[in-house]
Amino acid sequence: MSDMTMTVSGGSGAEEALRFHVTEDHHPENATLLGFWLYLMSDCLIFACLFATYGVLGREYAGGPSAKEVLELPIVAVNTTLLLLSSITYGFSVLEMQNNRRGPMMAWLIVTWLLGAGFIALELTEFTHLVSIGAGPGRSAFLSSFFTLVGTHGLHVTSGLIWMIVLLVQVGKKGLNAANKRRLMCLSMFWHFLDVVWVGVFSFVYLMGVLS
Amino acid sequence: MTLHSPDLGKLIFGRLTLEDIPYHEPILVFTFIGVAIAGIAVLGLVTYYRKWGYLWSEWFTSVDHKKIGIMYIVLALIMLLRGFADALMMRGQQAIAFGAHEGYLPAHHYDQIFTAHGTIMIFFVAMPFITGLINFVMPLQIGSRDVAFPFLNNFSFWMTVSGAVLVMASLFIGVFARTGWLAYPPLSELPTSPDSGVDYWIWGLQIAGVGTTLSGINMIATIVKMRAPGMTMMKMPIFTWTALLANVLIVAAFPVLTATLALLTLDRYAGTHFFTSDLGGNYMMYINLIWVWGHPEVYILVLPAFGVYSEVTSTFSRKRLFGYASMVYATVVIAVLSYLVWLHHFFTMGSGASVNSFFGITTMIISIPTGAKIFNWMFTMYRGRIVYDVPMLWVVAFIVTFVIGGMTGVLLAVPPADFELHNSLFLIAHFHNVIIGGVLFGMFAGVNYWFPKAFGFRLDPFWGKVSFWFWVAGFYFAFMPLYWLGLMGVTRRVRHFDDPSLQIWFEIAAFGAVLILIGIVAMIVQFAVSIMRREQLRDTTGDPWHGRTLEWSTSSPPPPYNFAFTPQVHDIDTWWQMKQHNWRRPVQGFLPIHMPKNTGTGVYLAVLSFIFGFAMVWYMWLIAAISFVALLAVAIHHTFNYDRDYYIPADEVGRVEAARAGASA
Repeated sequence: MSDMTMTVSGGSGAEEALRFHVTEDHHPENATLLGFWLYLMSDCLIFACLFATYGVLGREYAGGPSAKEVLELPIVAVNTTLLLLSSITYGFSVLEMQNNRRGPMMAWLIVTWLLGAGFIALELTEFTHLVSIGAGPGRSAFLSSFFTLVGTHGLHVTSGLIWMIVLLVQVGKKGLNAANKRRLMCLSMFWHFLDVVWVGVFSFVYLMGVLS
Repeated sequence: MTLHSPDLGKLIFGRLTLEDIPYHEPILVFTFIGVAIAGIAVLGLVTYYRKWGYLWSEWFTSVDHKKIGIMYIVLALIMLLRGFADALMMRGQQAIAFGAHEGYLPAHHYDQIFTAHGTIMIFFVAMPFITGLINFVMPLQIGSRDVAFPFLNNFSFWMTVSGAVLVMASLFIGVFARTGWLAYPPLSELPTSPDSGVDYWIWGLQIAGVGTTLSGINMIATIVKMRAPGMTMMKMPIFTWTALLANVLIVAAFPVLTATLALLTLDRYAGTHFFTSDLGGNYMMYINLIWVWGHPEVYILVLPAFGVYSEVTSTFSRKRLFGYASMVYATVVIAVLSYLVWLHHFFTMGSGASVNSFFGITTMIISIPTGAKIFNWMFTMYRGRIVYDVPMLWVVAFIVTFVIGGMTGVLLAVPPADFELHNSLFLIAHFHNVIIGGVLFGMFAGVNYWFPKAFGFRLDPFWGKVSFWFWVAGFYFAFMPLYWLGLMGVTRRVRHFDDPSLQIWFEIAAFGAVLILIGIVAMIVQFAVSIMRREQLRDTTGDPWHGRTLEWSTSSPPPPYNFAFTPQVHDIDTWWQMKQHNWRRPVQGFLPIHMPKNTGTGVYLAVLSFIFGFAMVWYMWLIAAISFVALLAVAIHHTFNYDRDYYIPADEVGRVEAARAGASA
């Protein structure tokens, strides 16, 4: 294999061996987590646009109800608690995953699912109530941007719930293999990301809306 | 209940009726007959030669970045024909529609044509072109065996196709938008555009946009994680740098388009009030949002073209690229600045002197890094041994043309001047000047440059030059008169004129369009002649132009795994250095190579997306719901497949490598 390594003169005059290919097996790092991060950042921009839209239109009541009149903090407080707790329980699930304890891992994931489903149920109750009192998304630009921002977050949580079921089935069938662990980490990032977005929604839409 | 019951009909067909098929419009009927005959001929030929299985297993389901790249470029070329047909029709209309003569296009048709022209040229010609080139070239340049997410790559391509087919479907079923290519509200809102047009536009772009965003993520992850050992960021080929920045812009800009389109969708489908003129809506917010995407978009297109010019210039000047580091920094600066200029698209909004000055100045600043690039290319050529092969001709034409376009851009960046020139033909001339002269010329240079890498034979240079001269001359004839007309105050998107003194300029522009038509025909002839003469044009070396970067180190066409051994990089011009050291491809010691498996899931998802989009356009709620659930089901089903890769055994790698060595001996 003398043709693979060449001896050349470097700039300093020192002899230096240059190798132009790798003879051993070369495997690039897995890029899934980076790719998923990039996806999350692109998703974050979608939320940024919706926040900006709410920022522009959030006071355009068009003679309809204002945020102060229709938003109820107690229900949202419960909701926020559920979602924040679900992030903690997802964290417990990941800890169990790292210890390769499949049973407890799945149990914590089911608890997370129940908390997430509770969040969605409460949100749907709130939306139905708003529509029933004539404060639907078509009433004013404020309500359009409110329903879209909060609803987009809710749709994300819903997809997270569907994904959780799929992963529960897959972990049940295939166990905690490398692919499933990677997927659980991706969903974990997704779930915590939604939590962060919700903190923004809670402060920017609910707190500022009701307290202003 | 019978099949003819109105309720069931409405449930299945939504608002689609027989009246939506434009059989009463002769132009469309003849186009349809033409498309149908050509389509049946192509399908017939594929069937006759029994190529369906080959196409399906070797191309449609392929996760090979090289094949996906080629398919993207085929899509771009096909859509170029459609977009250009629209351009010819507009030029024809404007050249004759003076005074008593109404021209041959009714207003409702003309308005669809200019909307379709812009939409198709940007989303389905320029975008697939750059994505295709990046797909094909970048993994080879970084010494990788594929992209980071091969299946996602296939899926992204088919989503782009799905969006393109949806836009094309509007030609024969219903209408396309009549709003201009960015569908500004309030015109694009339901009360003023109640038909299927804007909905086709929305769903076509939304579906293709999913593909574009995912492809952007894929390319960034590939460049960040999969570079050959030794290739530090500042040793990446310059095309790869521009690809990286373009894809960063894609990931940072396309979500804004997604969100904006979604808000317009809600306005049209759910009765919200984001961009309406009543109940608190604000249509200027749409125009801000769409340009927050739209301005980075033009840099998404032009940065990879800059990368092509850099590669071609240094190869054909037989010199290292002048100012590599400054080229990288210029690219980064342009990418950052592209987010700080969006408001220059609507200085006339009236946001006040301070805001307009800010955006005017940031716009002008962009010309500094761009100018630095121009000088870098010229200094690369300076005292080089320049070979004027077809790719290099395009570079020279680009430098001259783009400088003109850049200067008119700086003129438009002056807010008071813009108040005069806003929406005039001067603007139209400017952006065609930079998009044709900047993006398209670069893509043609790239196709001529990398074609031998993709297929193992060069493109015929004679017909390449014929095409080149007709394109360039045609461009100047077609667009220089528009600058003049714009200065005289003629606005865009006008179907009929009263002032006969203007007519001569429109006739010159139409003449230019005919020259470009000849350029396009020459390009098709070039492909045909090259395929017929492929044995004379064969390149057995893998390096027909004496290239400098890694893609030229492997054979043409490259084997599925690109490199039998992963390259070790020491220099920016890796392959040049390898040649200086008389490197030879190894002939033994092969190892099994890990490769991803092909899958049809991308095609299935894209077909379902098309059905979903079409059903949404026509309010076919039942079909929309079914196809959406099916989309979810297919996607979830795909995740249950854990068996996604295989190994090419070492002795097979050995056989392929021996054949390659034989070919190049």
